[in-house]
Amino acid sequence: MSEVILAAVGISKRFDALQASRDISLDLRRGEIHALIGPNGAGKSTLIQQIAGRLKPDAGRIVLEGRDVTALDTAERARLGIARTFQVSALAMEDTALQNVVLGVLGARGGAYRMWGNALARGSLRDRAEQAVARVGLTNMATTRASALSHGGRRQLEIAVALALDPKAFVMDEPMAGLGTSGSHDLTELLSGLRDEAPVLMVEHDMDAVFALADRISVLVSGEIIATGTVDEIRANSAVRRAYLGEEEGA
Amino acid sequence: MKRAWVANVALICMLPVVAIWASMADEPFIITLATKVAILALAGVGLNMALGQGGLVSLGHAAFFGIGGYAMGILASHAQSYTPLLEWPMLIEGSNSMPVIWLLALVSSGLAALVIGALSLRTNGVYFIMITLAFGQMFYYFSISWPAYGGEDGLAIYMRNGFPGLNTLVPLHFFGLAFAVLLVALALATLIGRSPFGLALNAARQSSERVETAGIRPYRLQLTVFVLSGMVTGLAGALFADLNRFVSPSMFSWQTSGEIMVFVILGGVARLCGPLAGAALFILLEQLLGGISDYWHIFLGALLLLIILFARGGVMGLIAGPGERAHV
Ligand SMILES: Nc1ncnc2c1ncn2[C@@H]1O[C@H](COP(=O)(O)OP(=O)(O)OP(=O)(O)O)[C@@H](O)[C@H]1O
Ligand SMILES: [Mg+2]
Repeated sequence: MSEVILAAVGISKRFDALQASRDISLDLRRGEIHALIGPNGAGKSTLIQQIAGRLKPDAGRIVLEGRDVTALDTAERARLGIARTFQVSALAMEDTALQNVVLGVLGARGGAYRMWGNALARGSLRDRAEQAVARVGLTNMATTRASALSHGGRRQLEIAVALALDPKAFVMDEPMAGLGTSGSHDLTELLSGLRDEAPVLMVEHDMDAVFALADRISVLVSGEIIATGTVDEIRANSAVRRAYLGEEEGA
Repeated sequence: MKRAWVANVALICMLPVVAIWASMADEPFIITLATKVAILALAGVGLNMALGQGGLVSLGHAAFFGIGGYAMGILASHAQSYTPLLEWPMLIEGSNSMPVIWLLALVSSGLAALVIGALSLRTNGVYFIMITLAFGQMFYYFSISWPAYGGEDGLAIYMRNGFPGLNTLVPLHFFGLAFAVLLVALALATLIGRSPFGLALNAARQSSERVETAGIRPYRLQLTVFVLSGMVTGLAGALFADLNRFVSPSMFSWQTSGEIMVFVILGGVARLCGPLAGAALFILLEQLLGGISDYWHIFLGALLLLIILFARGGVMGLIAGPGERAHV
């Protein structure tokens, strides 16, 4: 079994009467794409937020490369190497694509308090940012404001910012949400290559993409992981078919 | 970008041109008005760092303006009465040297901004506005009820404080000094705007989640700019007190906070020269309309309304065109 990079151990979270996470344990191993699937409201985003640091779990731990990071906030976890992308794009919309990515490089390398010099001056900061922009195929759009990018462009940009962090693990909440067929096709290739840089934990609704990309799949229903396994194992799992895939076919 | 640059340079040059002309035409009152514009613009440049770049709507910047004013008033009053400011634990004398006064103004307004910011920045939106307002009012009432430095009546200083190498009693000299300080503050604002810090700060204004997930704490960026912003406005307060040779609790009033914000909004939020354009327009209107009617604020209000409804970029937005922000 290959090395575990990121793990959630016994995570539970309640919102008043609603148990959004029930004793969830899940791990992300080197080199893999681990897809997290489940019906609407299952608690996928809630889990992602607890991993990234936005929400504190009621019980359980988040472990990054053997280190317990549960007590750390979002910014500290990001610096340690958890790169999160959002279900609804969170970007500096007035800023250019390149500026957004430079922010990621600044976060990873430090220097966000430097008050002199041009943030976009030629140098290693900008080189790294341009490299990340190129990696997601946005070079032509580098000087376009995020607000003027297409929906797909913004999704690519989020990934570029995450890449700029030089992360240990990617944590992506529905990276393909709202993309058309051709858009999600392009993104599938990009995501597929990411696992060589760092493993990807990815919430996704698009089952074609999940089956094409994932090395392993975990199924979350009503805050509980009901199965984890390879694509074939999940396809064959009767509980999953009943709880989730069957629902998809019926819809 | 080019057009914005030309507009800024033209606007900045206008002020000394007016002052030098007035000096040659022997119109000291006009020089005083130009000096007032420079000083109020400086207060606005301070606020604009927090408001324009940081998105922090502070309605309490009068606190810093007033602290700067009282830094001048307290030091100068002790110098004028030859009484030490403090005898224990060490002897501290009053001073009528501007560099010393400015240093005290910068340090004390910076410290106040650190405390006020550290507490206020835990909230946001309308709560942030209310908390900063409340802090400003605290200073206002404190200054009224503290009898040592004039209380409600304020404190008159009979001599203008000195600056090495200048005769600050000559209106043009004092103007030059205030204008030079304004230039330094504008340069600082420009530097910050294009720096990595400025990039992160501006991103935090737009999406604090984005900044957090990039590993940077928005709170610390915002606190840093709030302190800088308070210091610049505090320095403006010290100069303003020196211009009037008078300090009073009204420098701490919420109307003062409101006026500083009006300069910024009139001139253009987040525009480098917005506060200068706003302060100039404000003083111009006050002179032109204030003579005609005591109710000139009604016209000011109407103008403000028009700008907010139809010209979000303020005067600078109209002159310089949209989108001036550095490195866009
Ligand atoms: N901050 C909150 N307070 C109260 N309830 C919440 C909160 N956040 C989420 N919930 C609830 O928790 C449940 C799980 O929400 P979550 O967003 O994690 O689902 P999801 O699996 O990501 O769904 P989707 O596929 O629609 O994105 C939902 O019923 C939601 O209404
Ligand atoms: Mg979700």
